[in-house]
Amino acid sequence: MPDQYKLIRCTVNGREKEAMVDVRASLADLLRNDFRLTSVKKGCEVGECGACNVLIDGESFNSCIYLAVWADGKDILTLEGLEGPDGKISDIQQAFIDEAAVQCGFCTPGAIMSAVEILNEGRLLSDEEIRVRMSGHLCRCTGYENIVRAVKKTMLARLSQ
Amino acid sequence: MYVGKPVKRVDAFDKVTGRARFTDDLCDKSAYIARIVHSTIAHGKVVSFDLAEARKVKGVVKILTCFDLREKHYFGTPGHPYVLDPAQRDVEDRLVLTDTVRFWGDDIAAVVAENEVAAEQALRLIKVQYEEYPFVLDVQEAMKDGAPQLHAAFPNNILEHTGIREGDYAKAITEPGLIKVEGWYETPTMQHCHIENHICYAEMKQNRIHLVSSTQVPHVVRRVVGQALGIDWGRIRVVKPYIGGGFGNKQDILYEPLCAWLCMQVGGHLVKLDVPREETFVCNRVRHGFRGHIISWVRPDGTFAARKLEAFSDQGAYASHGHAICAVEMAAFRQTYPCENVEIDGWTVFTNKPVAGAMRGYGVPQIMWALESHTDEIAAALGQDPIAFRRRNLMPLGYYDMFGHRKLAADSYNQCLSKAMEAIGYDRKREMYRHQTGNIRRGTGAAVFWFDTGTWPFLLETSSCRMAMNQDGSMQLQLGETEIGQGADTVFSQMAADTVGVPIEKVHIVSAQDTDVAPFGTGAYGSRQTYSAGHSIRKTGLQLKQKILEKAEKLLQISSADLNIVDGEIIHIADGAVLMDLGTLVKEVQYSRSGSCHLTAESTAHITAAPYTLGCTVAEVEVDIALCKVRLLNIVNCHDAGVLINPALAEAQVHGGMSMGIGYGLSEKLVFDEKTGRPVNNNLLDYKLSTFMDHPSLRAEFVENREVTGPFGAKGLGEPPVASVAPAIGNAVYCATGVRLKKLPMDPPNLYQAFCEAGLICDERRVDA
Repeated sequence: MPDQYKLIRCTVNGREKEAMVDVRASLADLLRNDFRLTSVKKGCEVGECGACNVLIDGESFNSCIYLAVWADGKDILTLEGLEGPDGKISDIQQAFIDEAAVQCGFCTPGAIMSAVEILNEGRLLSDEEIRVRMSGHLCRCTGYENIVRAVKKTMLARLSQ
Repeated sequence: MYVGKPVKRVDAFDKVTGRARFTDDLCDKSAYIARIVHSTIAHGKVVSFDLAEARKVKGVVKILTCFDLREKHYFGTPGHPYVLDPAQRDVEDRLVLTDTVRFWGDDIAAVVAENEVAAEQALRLIKVQYEEYPFVLDVQEAMKDGAPQLHAAFPNNILEHTGIREGDYAKAITEPGLIKVEGWYETPTMQHCHIENHICYAEMKQNRIHLVSSTQVPHVVRRVVGQALGIDWGRIRVVKPYIGGGFGNKQDILYEPLCAWLCMQVGGHLVKLDVPREETFVCNRVRHGFRGHIISWVRPDGTFAARKLEAFSDQGAYASHGHAICAVEMAAFRQTYPCENVEIDGWTVFTNKPVAGAMRGYGVPQIMWALESHTDEIAAALGQDPIAFRRRNLMPLGYYDMFGHRKLAADSYNQCLSKAMEAIGYDRKREMYRHQTGNIRRGTGAAVFWFDTGTWPFLLETSSCRMAMNQDGSMQLQLGETEIGQGADTVFSQMAADTVGVPIEKVHIVSAQDTDVAPFGTGAYGSRQTYSAGHSIRKTGLQLKQKILEKAEKLLQISSADLNIVDGEIIHIADGAVLMDLGTLVKEVQYSRSGSCHLTAESTAHITAAPYTLGCTVAEVEVDIALCKVRLLNIVNCHDAGVLINPALAEAQVHGGMSMGIGYGLSEKLVFDEKTGRPVNNNLLDYKLSTFMDHPSLRAEFVENREVTGPFGAKGLGEPPVASVAPAIGNAVYCATGVRLKKLPMDPPNLYQAFCEAGLICDERRVDA
């Protein structure tokens, strides 16, 4: 199968990357297996749970149903990319800690990435709007309550600056 | 002091940065991939396999079928402690692969391949010939003579029947003037839906099996894998890293025995078994479906004369936790509203459905749906206020349980009801929502729960703890009890810090359990860990502290009775003067040329008490009658879990349980095709667990009555938050519409049926009012 593999170039967490990818592989596979970015979690592999969400050119996607070859030329951000070079974490990560929005931690990376997408828009959202925007993520531990609180707190903090 | 404070989770940083590694993140890429061939019939016998095409797939290493299983070691799967008396052990009815198919999805063969694609391709090319038998999906149908039989040893598919007789029911119901209230109640099969599916991998090293598994009960996994493979338990090492939720599913031994067996069949090569979501729904464990028949005989003054329950618990195809769930249902029925004359019968019955096991609440959500719906019906029949009726009849202060030898020491029910009702404005809203007409109607409802934490006296309650001092005055903390998301590591660290007297930053908990080095503990279940591990932490911490103070006595020439450890420093009790910091002391002792000693402590707490944890839910709903939809407007849970070790994490635990209860109440059910027995919605799209949009803001309240038997006054909290949510919603729907829902979930199909039967809507779905 000569067309089985294809070379792609993309930016991952601010660094330029090249990879030969199996055309059948998902972006989640590429990120987990080739780049060992294991914050990208697999909970269903069919785009139902949101655990694998990453930002592609600033937009939140289920990386399990996004083909790796489509990432060619794209700018990809995973949870690992939110941390500064000195290990300092972002405001939304800190809010997840402070609001007890983390329990088992398996949905957390994906949920934080969608929160980043929302927060980066710099708009004031109602609780209801936050819930709608975050609804692509399933969480069985938290009842979503403290995740909403963490997103809201960070949103208000950013808007008041 | 850290107990009672909202200390931040000790694992939160790692979890928000992706540094927390879960099973799949740890597995080496050289692993072979195992996939399971599941039966596509609900009942029958595997006659033969045609593996010719599948074997041709490039990358297939080996295909193993049920016929390759030379030695048959039957094993039981519940994550219970081992029971020395063989008669009391869990039923041992599983094999790693089976030629007798008992449900659609049974494990009949497995493919081991070099990669996922090859495994998947081979899986699709395997042809199976079956001898098909009739199957049965309904629990009461399965009990009838002539029904398809699942296990030869259990006639009429009855795994177990138990009965409770107290007083004289037959005589009591002849009392003149009694009012009879009777109902049938039903709850569906439900799945845990932890976001990380069950996954494990195995490799042989030094002639031992090294397993890494997403489990709640690593020490139990070690024993059961040994039993399933017929090898010495010590030859198995189980590591439990961070796990992506469990909720009881991972309290069963799932595919660890099969994975270990496959590993042995391919020369000990690393084999990974990662269960896809669709298989998790069907081939792991589910919550028991329940059908209950309750009859209450009440006096016009609102007291019980006699009560009766018949409970039917749907076990599915294999025994797993079996009758224990039904037994809890029976106990909850009997104790929540004590009555002198009681007849209770419970049957746990095999059906050709997925295997039911432990799930958050362990039978209590089922019985509370029946009992608390029924309790509201009694109040309505008597024309009494449902809360007043409850307060009159609930388990009273001082209630003594003969079996568990415990006495209800706090007025938890009344306190919790008052607090939750006030939080939601229950009385005012109840008044407001009288006499509604129209399509959109609102209502409020309440329900209580009864919950029995831990497993004593049914099972052993034991927990071991190890502590070791470091040269900087910090300490390692190790337990057999597991962090599964609930925050165990954090509350363990808090309790250890307070017991020994060190700052919490200096308590380094070893989160992962490795059965080669972790002290023995039975793991996460039964809402037992804070309580049981709390005892072993306290016991071990006090031993360590005593050792440290004895060393300090020698070094400082001051009696240890006059010394204490506060904030990592040895102080003189009399004046609080700091005499030495712990780091200095440990270095002096450890590197002493006259008597070097590593300051450590280890002990086991054997617990012989199991407190009740009680509370309630109050809910407010809006019902769209024409659309047959319930919208939850407000909900509050109030719990008495004793002193809260960590109020922030306790609140978060309650949120999660409430969320699961909302799904149970309004949307979740695993549906089976009547013609084939095949589950039809075994994915996260068609199985409706609640999303961000399905919840109002969740409110958690507490009353903190100190638990006298508990470490730091605490007791269990993990499971109960799910227990009373659905009946509170059901009672709110009744308040809004006057229609009593008997069957969960309260989703549009069930509401449509109930509203039609009540004449609230006609077939054209027009509002009657």
